[in-house]
Amino acid sequence: MSELLYWQALNRAMDAEMAADETVFTLGEDVGLYGGTYRVTEGLMAKYGEWRVRDTPISENSFTGLGIGAALTGLRPVVEIMTVNFALLAMDALVNMAAKIPFMSGGQFPLPLVVRMPGGVARQLGAQHSQRLEQMLMNVPGLRMVVPATPQDAYWQLRQAIRSDEPIIVLEHELLYFSKGPVDETAVAPAMHQALLRREGSALTCIAYSRMVTLALEAADALAEEGIAMEVIDLRSLSPMDWQTCQRSVEKTHRLLVVEEDCRFAGAGAEMVATLQERCFYLLDAPIQRVAGMDIPTPFNGAMEAASIPRSADIIAAARALTAAA
Amino acid sequence: MDRSAMAAMLRDMLLARAFEEQAAQEYAQGNVAGFLHLYPGEEAVAVGVLHAAEPGDYVVSTYREHVHAIVRGVPPRRVMAEIFGKKDGISGGMGGSMHLFDRERRFLGGYAIVGETFPIAIGAAYAVAYRQLPEAVICFFGDGAVNQGTFHESLNMAALWKLPVLFVCENNHYQIGTEIHRHSAVVEVHKRACGYGIPAEKVDGMDVLTVHAATRRALERVRAGDGPQFLECETYRYRGHSMADPGSYRPAVEVNAFVANDPIAAAIRRAEAHYPSAEELQCVGPDCVHRFAEQCCAEGHLDPAAVERLRQEVSAIVQDAAAFARQSPAPDLADVQAAFLLNRRFETLMEDPQ
Repeated sequence: MSELLYWQALNRAMDAEMAADETVFTLGEDVGLYGGTYRVTEGLMAKYGEWRVRDTPISENSFTGLGIGAALTGLRPVVEIMTVNFALLAMDALVNMAAKIPFMSGGQFPLPLVVRMPGGVARQLGAQHSQRLEQMLMNVPGLRMVVPATPQDAYWQLRQAIRSDEPIIVLEHELLYFSKGPVDETAVAPAMHQALLRREGSALTCIAYSRMVTLALEAADALAEEGIAMEVIDLRSLSPMDWQTCQRSVEKTHRLLVVEEDCRFAGAGAEMVATLQERCFYLLDAPIQRVAGMDIPTPFNGAMEAASIPRSADIIAAARALTAAA
Repeated sequence: MDRSAMAAMLRDMLLARAFEEQAAQEYAQGNVAGFLHLYPGEEAVAVGVLHAAEPGDYVVSTYREHVHAIVRGVPPRRVMAEIFGKKDGISGGMGGSMHLFDRERRFLGGYAIVGETFPIAIGAAYAVAYRQLPEAVICFFGDGAVNQGTFHESLNMAALWKLPVLFVCENNHYQIGTEIHRHSAVVEVHKRACGYGIPAEKVDGMDVLTVHAATRRALERVRAGDGPQFLECETYRYRGHSMADPGSYRPAVEVNAFVANDPIAAAIRRAEAHYPSAEELQCVGPDCVHRFAEQCCAEGHLDPAAVERLRQEVSAIVQDAAAFARQSPAPDLADVQAAFLLNRRFETLMEDPQ
């Protein structure tokens, strides 16, 4: 067990899989000599050479497609797209190709493709560099998507994704790369798409993912001082979603708050609310509530940017209102 | 040119023509639904290129790919059944006319979004280079695809890393309904490869032997480690873009001019004309005479009667394929789920909570 930063955990995971399987390689902008925009591939080119750590031109659609072609012919590529915003240029590769080929071929072709990319609002990067976009990729049958919130999950889920024979998006978060946490490289990992209970509580359930888990846990600390015991579930995966774990918590608390950084309209939270009310309607003591990003392009101004996405104070206020409801 | 190779090419061209005309008939009769993009007129390209390929090579194709699949060796029965959407189709009825895949024959698929074959091909070529194998990747596309971003992105990467890929442009002069002078600033497609330093050649795509010879030369360079090569084959499709398109935007004089230059007729003329006379056979050395004699005995003469026999042979194959497709069962939802989940294998996504 060691304390690692999130990027270091991803780096260890890459190193472990590349050492174990010579068909694993990575490609993307600045992953090689530069060492990765967020240092995730640091040191790998020196260790494994340029054919296994390939710096690419700025051609997102084609280098993602290259990964698909390589995966069809037996390699296990890990494509790094510098940010989720640039993945919009690779949507044809992701949606029309990666998600469809295994199925359209009648299952003949496995597609062991991993696409790593950070999303999220960081620090005043402007509207084009502050998107989340997970809802676009969730709505694509044939793609799986995990959203690690901790260094340990980053380590586990990246390794699991590389070993899978299906195309998987690993959606990281720009503000999590330098967060620190314990990483046990020898422990047995939970299943890749399993949701995990991060904090027990009885008054309400809060479901969050990625960076919002951190905020939900902060809020839970504050709420505990007021005597409100908020249970926090880290969803860990957006496609598929672990409904069982969520439902069991609601069976206990009877109140549900869904927190997401992405825009509120037609987002991941909307899917959670819709499905969980179908499954848990008669268990609920109050309507399910959402705390989500505003439905606007992210403002550049720092204060306005911060106001456009959930803060722990917003979660606290929503939890108070939800538990006060009859 | 080897006599049997010539006969084999002619046979495949005849098969391709008969297969596609049968597919059109099945469409007209309502047995085939959806899009159906047919190949008549362009046979010399698929046959010339793929007869120069090795079994270890990979092939990436477009939505007009029935003939590429058949010439690659995919059984016509399995191709026709896929066009019908049946369970015995090569993609289990999940792909359809535009999405034929055959893992065994390294046929990496038909892609229905214009420009997708480029990144798939360079990815397969990357994997070949990664493993330092002598294989090549053949990437088909049309003249309309060269205006997609993936063309430029992928040619750049192919040249940058010297990937073993042969780009084959089937220039049939039309991107769907728009003639090349109205869709491309530079209509000599091969010249566009120059921007990436890729050796490019333009050939008469209506002449199978020319296509074959050019492909062999290009593939030799690919296998020698010279990096990507580019072949523009000027050809023509006799039909509209798809069965939904009557092709009325093309002047009759243009269509007739290309039909008059039918690649199959040309191949027959050439095969017949080039068959050595007894005098010619006597002029070559003893080893060659011996070789020719053996081939003539083993494979028969390529005279009009032989051509007629080939026609009958391919007709029977196509009739059999159509009958097979008609009687093949339709897939059910369990087959759909199975195809979708096949590659999940034994993976556990979530624990069963207790």
